[in-house]
Amino acid sequence: MQKLLSDLKFNQVAKVVKLNESCQGFERFRLLDLGVVPGTEIRLALDNPLNDPLGYWIRGAVIALRKEQSNKIFVEILDE
Amino acid sequence: MNNSTTILPKAKSSGCDNCPQARDGHLKRLGINLEKVDFVVALAGNPNVGKSTVFNALTGLNQHTGNWPGKTVTRAEGGFQYAGGNYKMVDLPGAYSLISKSADEEIARNFILFGKPDVTLIVVDATRLERNLNLVLQILEITDKVVICLNLMDEAERMGLKIDIRSLSRDLGVPVISTVARYRKGLQELLNTLNEVATGSLVNKPKVRSYGNGNFSRAIKSISSRLKNEFPEIENTNWLSERLLDEDEDIIASLKSGELLDHALGDVEYSQFDAEKLTKDGTNLALNYQNEVEVIQKEATKLRMDLAVNFHDELVENHFTEAAKIASHCITYPDAKKRLHFDQVLDKIVTSKTWGFPIMFLLLAVVLWITITGANYPSKFLAYLLLDNVHPMLKDLSAQIHLPFWLDGVLIDGMYLATAWVISVMLPPMAIFFPLFTLLEDFGFLPRVAYNLDKIFRKAGAHGKQALTMSMGFGCNAAGVVATRIIDSPRERLIAIITNNFALCNGRWPTQILIASLFIGSMVPTYLAGLISSAAVIFVAVLGIFLTFVVSWLLSRTVLRGESSAFSLELPPYRPPRFWFTIYTSLIDRTIFVLWRAIIFALPAGALIWLVSNIDLSGISLAEYLVNWMDPFAILLGLNGVILLAYIVAIPANEIVIPTILMLTVQLSGITGIGEGSGVIFELDNQTDLMQLFEAGGWTLLTAVNLMIFSLIHNPCSTTLYTIYKETRSLKWTTISGLLPLLMGFIITFLIARVWGLF
Repeated sequence: MQKLLSDLKFNQVAKVVKLNESCQGFERFRLLDLGVVPGTEIRLALDNPLNDPLGYWIRGAVIALRKEQSNKIFVEILDE
Repeated sequence: MNNSTTILPKAKSSGCDNCPQARDGHLKRLGINLEKVDFVVALAGNPNVGKSTVFNALTGLNQHTGNWPGKTVTRAEGGFQYAGGNYKMVDLPGAYSLISKSADEEIARNFILFGKPDVTLIVVDATRLERNLNLVLQILEITDKVVICLNLMDEAERMGLKIDIRSLSRDLGVPVISTVARYRKGLQELLNTLNEVATGSLVNKPKVRSYGNGNFSRAIKSISSRLKNEFPEIENTNWLSERLLDEDEDIIASLKSGELLDHALGDVEYSQFDAEKLTKDGTNLALNYQNEVEVIQKEATKLRMDLAVNFHDELVENHFTEAAKIASHCITYPDAKKRLHFDQVLDKIVTSKTWGFPIMFLLLAVVLWITITGANYPSKFLAYLLLDNVHPMLKDLSAQIHLPFWLDGVLIDGMYLATAWVISVMLPPMAIFFPLFTLLEDFGFLPRVAYNLDKIFRKAGAHGKQALTMSMGFGCNAAGVVATRIIDSPRERLIAIITNNFALCNGRWPTQILIASLFIGSMVPTYLAGLISSAAVIFVAVLGIFLTFVVSWLLSRTVLRGESSAFSLELPPYRPPRFWFTIYTSLIDRTIFVLWRAIIFALPAGALIWLVSNIDLSGISLAEYLVNWMDPFAILLGLNGVILLAYIVAIPANEIVIPTILMLTVQLSGITGIGEGSGVIFELDNQTDLMQLFEAGGWTLLTAVNLMIFSLIHNPCSTTLYTIYKETRSLKWTTISGLLPLLMGFIITFLIARVWGLF
């Protein structure tokens, strides 16, 4: 089964497979520009008192992504 | 004022700054004086890489940057003189990319493309090289005249990474200068290189992008060669072909209108072709041009069919692959253990479920507490100076020169006193609050607050960053309104502007504290008085936060409906704040800025306060007339006419509402022995006297409760309203920001008064 970025547990690392087709337009472009492209390794780095958004380590920066965004990113989880 | 200063080589600087060449390269900052411009420098970069710091260091201007992504909202321009040339520097909005069609990024791209800068200076975050290179590679496709400023080298060092500058420069084919702009390190070398590229003594040879050898590369080659044939003036045909294949509407439109070619040509020609006119040999230039463009566009559409559906994705992926290759080539981690340890530990605590919220509220409470208690002493001193000493001196002076009674009243008791009052009560808390707040901002704590609170604000249809502008509002709503610039989406920014008034500002805390301790604290045994009256004040402040959410929610469901914008919040690394610099800029940018606006409004208001109390209409003063006229309505709200009149005439600043109420109460109740006379605002320190005065004015517990509520929920002060107008440029939104809370205040106090009447 395909995993989503939102399935990641703390400090787990995943590799981006692709972005969901439902994510289009500026939202898609912004994610791509932040480095969320196929092959990028992403680590879930930060918790949130309200569980959302969460901080992901993406190409050298901590980026906050809302659940509605991380739900649209298909990944392959690298370490358990 | 003289804006130009010369940077002297610092005593303790690296060898490079002290070499003769550096010392001879005199930088003269010109600020906003841009008379004769020889070279234009475009300043580009990702958000939050220190672009504005570089801009300030070179131009001598003071664009405040607060460790925030996207602080540069509009294009800022400044000048400097170096090696005999006058440079104009244009600070472009921060952009992650040039092909994503956001408003900010379009401004940046259009300037690089059409503004024909002599040099494009790209500021790059050394700690996030890969992502920054995505932008660099895109810019290099448009222009060769690029200098890279590899900034934040100190942070890179702290994180334990080492960057081989030479290899990076070789890979990109453009000069790379490493800097720490915050501490002005590397700027001399940067200026030298800028100068060399601008004057043409250094010609860059950027690496040509490889498009592989698949369909994509074939498509690019085919369109590019056609473009080259038809329009030899276009330099960046590969880039243009890629834009056509990506169906970039903006670029296609500017190609069709001829604008793009005119810019390439540096002349107005293509856009002026007239479809009605023929040349001597009978050709219709406009038609010809349109045909050529159409043929090219058709070919692009055809070739597009052979490319992947998500061609745009591939484009970006391509850039990142290239960027990663370059980065891995020139970055080494000799000290990887050090990497970000401090940041990680601190972030874990600050965003944890257990500590996240307590830390936030504790810090806000501490900042407010320091502000309120700390401001007491300087406020007392200023009052002693301006009110107790200078005011009588001015009165003596006016008596000596026999100033007419009315002029003496309007000028000294009215205008001077109100202004002096505003300064003495407003300056100290702001001079404490703003630097503290700015230190937290510069340190990087505030973006974490936005991160923690985003969910709540999003549920209310607003942006997480509104948490910050709201907190800023606790200091001053006018400053809070200015701070909303950090919110990119116009819709969410307007919500933040309109609701900022519900953050109980510094000007209103003293009113709350005074009324709560007089009326509410006195209802309980003495040992509980302090606790209960503090609880009452905190209740009002929390009510304000609650209303912020409710009103944001209502606005986002009614007049400001709309999709919440694509969210992206980058959490910058913690940075040690530059203490004195922060104090200085927060004093200049925030404190003096707000104080000045308040003074402008306090002057006429002071005159008004005095006149209202001293103009008689058939035997009764205008104040009495107005108070009597408003009384019936005010009583319905559980207030009284004096309070309403005070809120009207003291609109410049909430700080002078209580003194005005006191003055009017004395005047209208006919008490003698207290106060300074008609139209002269004053304050009482003695609680018994105050209580007597309020009782004489007919105050009850309901009056006190509703005054506290009304002080929270009423129109913003005129300083804030003016700032809202300045920021929104819209009378409509300014009016709504004024009337909405006022109406709410009327309704809520009315309801409280009705319910109160039942018991």
